[in-house]
Amino acid sequence: MSTEDIAVPALEIHDLTVSYQKRPVLYGVDVTVPAGSLVGVVGPNGAGKSTLIKSVMELVQFSDGWVKVFGEDLKNNISRVGYVPQRESVDWDFPVSVIDVVLMGCYGRLGLIRRPGKEEKEKAHAALKKVGLEAYAKRQIANLSGGQQQRVFLARALAQESDLYLMDEPFAGVDAATESAIVELLREIRDQGKTLIVVHHDLGSAREYFDMMLLLNMRVVAFGKTEEVFTGDLLQQTYGGRLTVLSEIAEKFAKEQS
Amino acid sequence: MSLYQIFIEPWERHASAYWPILAMAFFVTAACGLVGNYLVLRRISLVGDAISHSVLPGIAIAFILTNSRSGPPMFIGALVAGVITTLIIEVLHSRTRIKQDAAIGITFSTMFAIGVILISLHGSHTDLDLDCVLFGKLDFLSSKEKIIMGLPGVALTMGMVALIVGCLIVLFYKELLVSSFDPNLAATIGISPRLVHYLLMCILSVVVVSAFTSVGAILVIAMLILPAATSYLLTDRLWVMMLFSLIHSFLSAIGGIHLAVAFKIPTAPATVVCGMIFFVAAWIFSPTHGLIRYWFRSRASVNGECIN
Repeated sequence: MSTEDIAVPALEIHDLTVSYQKRPVLYGVDVTVPAGSLVGVVGPNGAGKSTLIKSVMELVQFSDGWVKVFGEDLKNNISRVGYVPQRESVDWDFPVSVIDVVLMGCYGRLGLIRRPGKEEKEKAHAALKKVGLEAYAKRQIANLSGGQQQRVFLARALAQESDLYLMDEPFAGVDAATESAIVELLREIRDQGKTLIVVHHDLGSAREYFDMMLLLNMRVVAFGKTEEVFTGDLLQQTYGGRLTVLSEIAEKFAKEQS
Repeated sequence: MSLYQIFIEPWERHASAYWPILAMAFFVTAACGLVGNYLVLRRISLVGDAISHSVLPGIAIAFILTNSRSGPPMFIGALVAGVITTLIIEVLHSRTRIKQDAAIGITFSTMFAIGVILISLHGSHTDLDLDCVLFGKLDFLSSKEKIIMGLPGVALTMGMVALIVGCLIVLFYKELLVSSFDPNLAATIGISPRLVHYLLMCILSVVVVSAFTSVGAILVIAMLILPAATSYLLTDRLWVMMLFSLIHSFLSAIGGIHLAVAFKIPTAPATVVCGMIFFVAAWIFSPTHGLIRYWFRSRASVNGECIN
């Protein structure tokens, strides 16, 4: 047994079932994510990828099953979990500056009424520096490119100083340079012993980015180390076998492996 | 009419009559404007409209139950009606296929109709005045009221409401900010966006209830949205937006009085029209989001492309 198995898993999902107006979206999801891993969640549109992480954050009610975060209910460990929503989920015309948004990452620790002080501001600036946006601190958030907006969200997550991060499509609409910068950052966070679960839509890059992969299509098709899970057979099962591009990707991967 | 009669005379000769009206108009627009910032940013401006209309059945029921026109029962009746309206909108919108705009439309018109029915059934032989409920009585403010510190009682109450709203916003600035900007994040850090929403709706009901006797149920909505919408065009910072909406409130209150004097019209609609004028001015001249700025910017970019 490796140390990972002995340690408390970062996230344990058991028999999770979610339905929207009686239509099932997720069915009997069973996953145990060991601490310190960088996990990609992949699957076709409507597979329930976002719903999965939203139900872990209790933003979506689930009809069955349970979720444990570091061995406890979410509400006991909520300060250890950081959620990065999809970029489109907020109004970027909102009258706040970049640093205001990053500071929101500290709000959870502050509690009611207390304002962010000097310490929080330093942390927020440090987080902005990490994502390379320190020069933009005072900018209004609408005056940023899509990739920069995504990095603002990441900086906010860094300021939260969580042990488990759940990220919803952090690569959506960002350019290649930003994408590789974000991947670097995710790896750096993982190397600090933290756990990241990332919803990702691009199969081609997924296998380079993640240590582990969760193939999802309403139920868990496969979950495990990327090299074990990324096979043509399992991908066909996940995507329903309609896309020939899938088998091409898997073949290419198999060739590179051999 | 000379400029003297419009701008100087009210303050020189009739200050005791105009001062309470100005104070009341400012307190109403300030309290409404402060709450309105959050309504505009959360895209629920019309919920304010819904609550202001549903105040009517609330006060009608309170009147029927207590058979008096005294403040507290009416206040509570209107508050309860306001909160119920919010709940109905929420239920309609989350439990059915009906979207929020239709839910608001259904709720407030029905509540208003119920109010009109109740008043016509029970209020006709009393002095519950429908005109006052609909259009307010800002101009007759000082006739019956007791004067305290140079201001009539209702104006003082409104001033207190505005002050309390201001204090609450300062205290809970962070919670209001995060739940308005990113409700999902708020929920995951233990600030329930639902709770914040309902508290905001309670505050909104209190503000609307205290405001509608002077400006009426119909014009309240303008007071809620105009200051916030105007300052939204002028700044990119939430707290600056709050300050600007206060300035807008003050300017429209004072402009409204002079407009009312000049054209011999009621002050409440004059204040709204004045607020609208400032909104249009902001729309055209705003240094950040104004028409002129956009025009220059697009011209500059066209020229830039030509050079390249």
